[in-house]
Amino acid sequence: MTRQPRQWKRCSSVIRLSAIDQQMLGFFARFQAFFFLAWQSFIRIFSKPYYYRDFAIQFDKLGFSSLFICVLTGLFTGMVMALQALIQLKPFAATSYVGGMVAVTMIKELGPVLAALMVAGRVGSAITAELGTMVVTEQVDAMRVEGTDIIQRLVTPRLKAMLVALPLLTIVTDAISMLGGYLIASGYGISPIMYLSTFTQFMVPLDYLEGVTKPLVFAFLITMIACQTGLNTGGGAEGVGAAAKRAVVLSSVLVLMCDFFIAKIFVVFR
Amino acid sequence: MTEEQSIRMEQVCYTVGGRTILTDFDLLLEQGVNRTILGVSGSGKTTILKLILGLIHPQSGRIYINGMEITNRPESEYREQRKKIAIVFQGGALFDSMTVGENVGYRLFEEGRLSQAEIEEIVREKLRFVGVEPALDLYPAELSGGMKKRVAIARALAADPEYIFFDEPTTGLDPIGVYNIVSLMNRLQEAGKTTLMVTHDLPTAFATSQRFSLIHESRLAFEGTEVELRACLQPNVQEFLQPTDRSLFV
Ligand SMILES: Nc1ncnc2c1ncn2[C@@H]1O[C@H](COP(=O)(O)OP(=O)(O)O)[C@@H](O)[C@H]1O
Ligand SMILES: [Mg+2]
Repeated sequence: MTRQPRQWKRCSSVIRLSAIDQQMLGFFARFQAFFFLAWQSFIRIFSKPYYYRDFAIQFDKLGFSSLFICVLTGLFTGMVMALQALIQLKPFAATSYVGGMVAVTMIKELGPVLAALMVAGRVGSAITAELGTMVVTEQVDAMRVEGTDIIQRLVTPRLKAMLVALPLLTIVTDAISMLGGYLIASGYGISPIMYLSTFTQFMVPLDYLEGVTKPLVFAFLITMIACQTGLNTGGGAEGVGAAAKRAVVLSSVLVLMCDFFIAKIFVVFR
Repeated sequence: MTEEQSIRMEQVCYTVGGRTILTDFDLLLEQGVNRTILGVSGSGKTTILKLILGLIHPQSGRIYINGMEITNRPESEYREQRKKIAIVFQGGALFDSMTVGENVGYRLFEEGRLSQAEIEEIVREKLRFVGVEPALDLYPAELSGGMKKRVAIARALAADPEYIFFDEPTTGLDPIGVYNIVSLMNRLQEAGKTTLMVTHDLPTAFATSQRFSLIHESRLAFEGTEVELRACLQPNVQEFLQPTDRSLFV
């Protein structure tokens, strides 16, 4: 009689384990599906048909639509960076270094990350919602029946558009933030020449490379997560909303995580 | 490979998300013999069409299109066979981002073998056939439900298929819309197309098909002609023909 409870316990732990197993399997299956889609969309960048028209439409939709928010983000971030830096530098009579400090934080870190987060929120959700709607209204099935390669037609043009658009948006964000920083610095009597000359003291060429590598990686991440989530949408219109939310959260978190690892890699090569 | 002119499903089982949708399902669609698959909502009718089109894959069983087995082959290998089949999805599934004309000419544009003018000629002809030629430059969002279905039929025709599948073509249409679809289907059959429809709408089924399959609780409950169907005394068949529980059809 005393043994029975122990047996029960073992039994229930076995059940719980198998539930975890199932979750793990589901997770790995999704992980594998993600990498499969990512690889398939990547190799299709170089194969025909190129769908130039879809690329142009997507570039316009994904790129230009985010220009304004990136300008605003860059302007105010640059201004606040300069403001904070100046307060810190003033006691040391080192306010002339403000240009370099704004540049180094913006070009290496904040420019790529903020632009990516803006784009993940705006464009990632739009991609997921659009593809999700196409799935639940059977448009994707209809395309497959017509003999279209779904990845080539729907995923690759978006990926190409983002790979071009996000680095450009990041450069715009960086440039505007420099300008914003100067607006504040000029109030502290810093001349444009002084502001610009400190860039070279703080930055090495590798830093500029880091500044454009990040948006390329982020663009890939955001698009692939958005497409993968969108193409696996189920459960009608409600499912589309839930999928869009999931894509934004996941890609935002992954952008921040990847940012650390890319920074780490560049530190090693410095 | 035999030059068989039919679509066959043999002992097909399909399970998704732990739910069994089909168990040992058989189907034969011979050219010239139009068929309707009957079943209540959620019984797996759309699933059958998607299985034949290779959009989803069965756990077991075999599916043949004109004698070629498509089960467990990669999509690229049966794309050619699948071109013999066109489908009109339940909601039409028109591409939102394209005009009616671009929708109908989709496959022709994709294949890129014809010139712009030739494609437009074919598109106009198909739209004239279904009676919505004036809608050529409209977007799907600007069309009524009945027009969407007719454009979807035009798109299916542009591919010049041997078989046309209809997923609940009359659901959600007013009586005139239903009449239009039924007469369109009859005209297609006269033009030599074989239709496979899934629906729970009996009058439409009887007006367009010679043979009937009834799916009930994931299994084939009945297969035969209209006379045989009406004479069948199986309780689940009778329940479908004269439902005492109306909630089945909601
Ligand atoms: N991906 C899926 N995951 C879970 N259940 C599904 C999936 N696809 C279809 N089903 C279920 O399969 C059943 C049959 O679906 P369907 O073939 O669309 O039915 P019908 O067309 O006869 O109304 C439905 O009950 C549906 O909920
Ligand atoms: Mg259905």
